[in-house]
Amino acid sequence: MTSAVTVTGVTRRFGPVVALDDVSLEVPAGQLVGVLGPNGAGKSTLLSLVSGRRRPDAGTVLLEGRDPRDPVARQGLGLTPQETGLPPTLRVGEVVDFVGAHFADPVPTASLLADFDLADLARRQTGSLSGGQKRRLAVALALVGRPRVLLLDEPTTGLDVDARHALWDAVRGYHRSGGTVLLTSHYLEEVQALAERVVVIDRGVVVGDDSLAGILARVDVQRVTMTSDDDVDELDGVVSAERDGDRRTVLTRDADAYVRTLVRSGLRFHGLEVRGATLEEAFAHVVAAPATTPEGTRR
Amino acid sequence: MTATTPGALRLVAVHTKFQLLETIRIPAAVIGNTVFPALALFFFVVPQADVAGNRLWATTAVASLAFFSVCSASMFTHGLGVAEDRESPFDPFVRSLPAGPVPRFVGRILVGLVMALFGMVPLLLVAAFFTEAGVPAPQLLAGVGMLLVGAVPFILLGIGLGYALTAKAAIAIVQVILFPLAFAGGLFMPPQLFPAWMDTVSLATPTRAGRDLLVDALGVEAAHGSSWLVLLGWTVAFGVLAIWAYRRDEGRRFR
Repeated sequence: MTSAVTVTGVTRRFGPVVALDDVSLEVPAGQLVGVLGPNGAGKSTLLSLVSGRRRPDAGTVLLEGRDPRDPVARQGLGLTPQETGLPPTLRVGEVVDFVGAHFADPVPTASLLADFDLADLARRQTGSLSGGQKRRLAVALALVGRPRVLLLDEPTTGLDVDARHALWDAVRGYHRSGGTVLLTSHYLEEVQALAERVVVIDRGVVVGDDSLAGILARVDVQRVTMTSDDDVDELDGVVSAERDGDRRTVLTRDADAYVRTLVRSGLRFHGLEVRGATLEEAFAHVVAAPATTPEGTRR
Repeated sequence: MTATTPGALRLVAVHTKFQLLETIRIPAAVIGNTVFPALALFFFVVPQADVAGNRLWATTAVASLAFFSVCSASMFTHGLGVAEDRESPFDPFVRSLPAGPVPRFVGRILVGLVMALFGMVPLLLVAAFFTEAGVPAPQLLAGVGMLLVGAVPFILLGIGLGYALTAKAAIAIVQVILFPLAFAGGLFMPPQLFPAWMDTVSLATPTRAGRDLLVDALGVEAAHGSSWLVLLGWTVAFGVLAIWAYRRDEGRRFR
């Protein structure tokens, strides 16, 4: 059985910028893979190669065993347009008809719109839809051709919580029916909610490829900031540290334990702030330096 | 699973319909394109009594203006339209659908021709009511057919420029190319008034070739022996440009 997506030794440059550097990735049919990484990491470039919009400079990309640049290979592919990208003067039904007409066995427009709660809007021009409606339409367009492989690029960026959860349900439903999903996000929460396997990309390189739990253990760090003249960032439990004048920033896997150590150490500090590290911070300090092994995987 | 994938003709029809809908939903573009040639005729030719009153001269003037407006509409709608499309985020999505570039190209060309034909209706009405221009019906049909054939290289040039340039640059470059080409091709001034050296240059332009073939089709004056060859040569050249620019485009945008 051929795998859904096979990426082998792929490099893609844009002028002097290396967007992907010798990336390899194999997605078996039926898997739901989250591609996680900060903005500009190369996630969208990866999807553009898998969907045949671009050619790799080196290496090969196969979609169900074929070159995705061949239109025939894309018969089994579904992907979402960006929310802002719907042609504003066309009606919802017209856009669905247009996209569906490319496929052998499209979902009838009326039933697809009903599934996505868009039936009442079929005659509306897409420019007049709300953000959530546009996003639902975008996902409906990805599914109109009954794809075997679904690519979702930042599917819920800018959506409110309800709309996000509704879309997650749609993606889970598709996956349960046997579909393969490759999903990019820079939200840890989104990947956490959906993916069974997580591939982490940073600066064009795959820096992690593991089960969801394995990846979570690596990026789950907290950020502690304080003002101090002492070496508070050399205490136990510090994963990485940064100084800006007398402002000290520390990343740690266990903020509670670190703060206890800090207080006991008798070092002077004030203006203590504790919060979860953003994914970008976690990547910059933890994933990029995988030598630091997690001390005990929680959960 | 036994359903067959849509054939090439079906995809061409789908893309043509889609682009036609997109175009006609923006009325300003349709109106500008439709009214401009008629207005030009009304203001530049009708007041010149000796031209408007002479059947052959008036017919030639209407034909030249018609061809100019077809060239202009082709280059602007396509040069600018493609460049704007490329800047829209829907474009990469359409490119990822299971269809090659051909249905989109053919759809664009057909839409360009339909729009150019819309523009002919008011022009021909003004010509009929306010000038002595006139040809028998078979020649008129032949002329319209020739107009469509003559438009193809300009549509391809527009598409090529649209894929090679940004929207802002496309407007400027289309103007820089269109007006000298129209002038050199005798669309603003009859080529009979050109000095010999300029006539030689003129004969090599696609505008002149199209104009001569159009006037020939209308039965006013015979085309030059080389006209078909010149028109065909430019069609191939601009077709190659359009395909080259389309292929090159996919590597250029960063995201």
